[in-house]
Amino acid sequence: MRDYIAAWKKELSDLIRFFCVLFVLAMMLPISTLAVVETYQFSDPALELRYRKLSAELRCPKCQNQNIAESNAPISKDLRRILYEQLEAGSSDREILGYMSLRYGEFVRYRPVFSRETALLWMAPIAFLFFGLGFLWFVVKRGVRNAGDETDLPAVSGDLEAFFTKDNSKS
Amino acid sequence: MNQMKIESLQPRLRLFIPLVLFTLIAVFLFRALSLNPASIPSAMIGRSLPEFELPVLENERLTNNADLIGRSILINVWATWCAACVIEHPFLMRLADSGIPIYGVNYKDQVVGARKWLSDYGDPYVTNIIDQHGKLGFDLGVYGAPETFFVDANGIIQYRHVGIINEDIWTSKLARLYSGLEEGVK
Repeated sequence: MRDYIAAWKKELSDLIRFFCVLFVLAMMLPISTLAVVETYQFSDPALELRYRKLSAELRCPKCQNQNIAESNAPISKDLRRILYEQLEAGSSDREILGYMSLRYGEFVRYRPVFSRETALLWMAPIAFLFFGLGFLWFVVKRGVRNAGDETDLPAVSGDLEAFFTKDNSKS
Repeated sequence: MNQMKIESLQPRLRLFIPLVLFTLIAVFLFRALSLNPASIPSAMIGRSLPEFELPVLENERLTNNADLIGRSILINVWATWCAACVIEHPFLMRLADSGIPIYGVNYKDQVVGARKWLSDYGDPYVTNIIDQHGKLGFDLGVYGAPETFFVDANGIIQYRHVGIINEDIWTSKLARLYSGLEEGVK
């Protein structure tokens, strides 16, 4: 009887563990939001590729953190249509992004051009990298110094030995 | 002797590093609390009105950007589908009564519905430009309604207000900006 309960308990805990793992794995899955309803017919498959790339790179002005490919806000729909029209008209990526940011500002670009306003944004990762490397260097160097200290413990000199023996003989 | 003093002081100073870091982060984050991520600065400030040639709501005759130049005006982007526009409307009526010229941009709307809306609630607009496909709205950088542009006599956009204009915001901020339009031109 006891064995049966123990086996059952183990089975149950295995089952719980299995579902926990499954849950964690499910949480890791990317949540794909496919809100886009309209489809455009492109004259050239290359244009469609550029459409995908640019619509993922343009930010919906109305929503806080969605690109226009994922947002179903009316303004995003408009921007997608304009993007499509511009692509079909033969505009370059640079022209289209310029056309958009002329009206909606650098805000609409997830990769804004480097300027005084965006310098911090662009430089911060590099600054953090150097900060991290500097910190690492500091820590490692200190570790080495401390390790050196340990080996450099003052050796007991003959004089000291003599001093102690002398001291002992006194008492 | 002096050397020893400095060495014993440094570890103590080092204890303040977390505090300094904390203060820096706290200041940075505290500043962000008062920022409104929804307010996007308009890219149109200081630029001329975009060129357009569109029919007006009243009689579908064509009008263009040159028709708006010559005096300080407000350009209000609205639509019948815009719930906030209904709330804003009575105050626009009062502004119009006080002599401020307001031009409407009927944004992505139906002509018949818009005409009915104006006859039901009253018409504060000098004239209404029909922007059925949102092209003018796009050129103005509009991302929702209501939005109001403050345009000086030279046709230069000086300010853009996103959202409802009510008495509070008008008296505390916008009235000054509107009277500033005139001074800028002089």
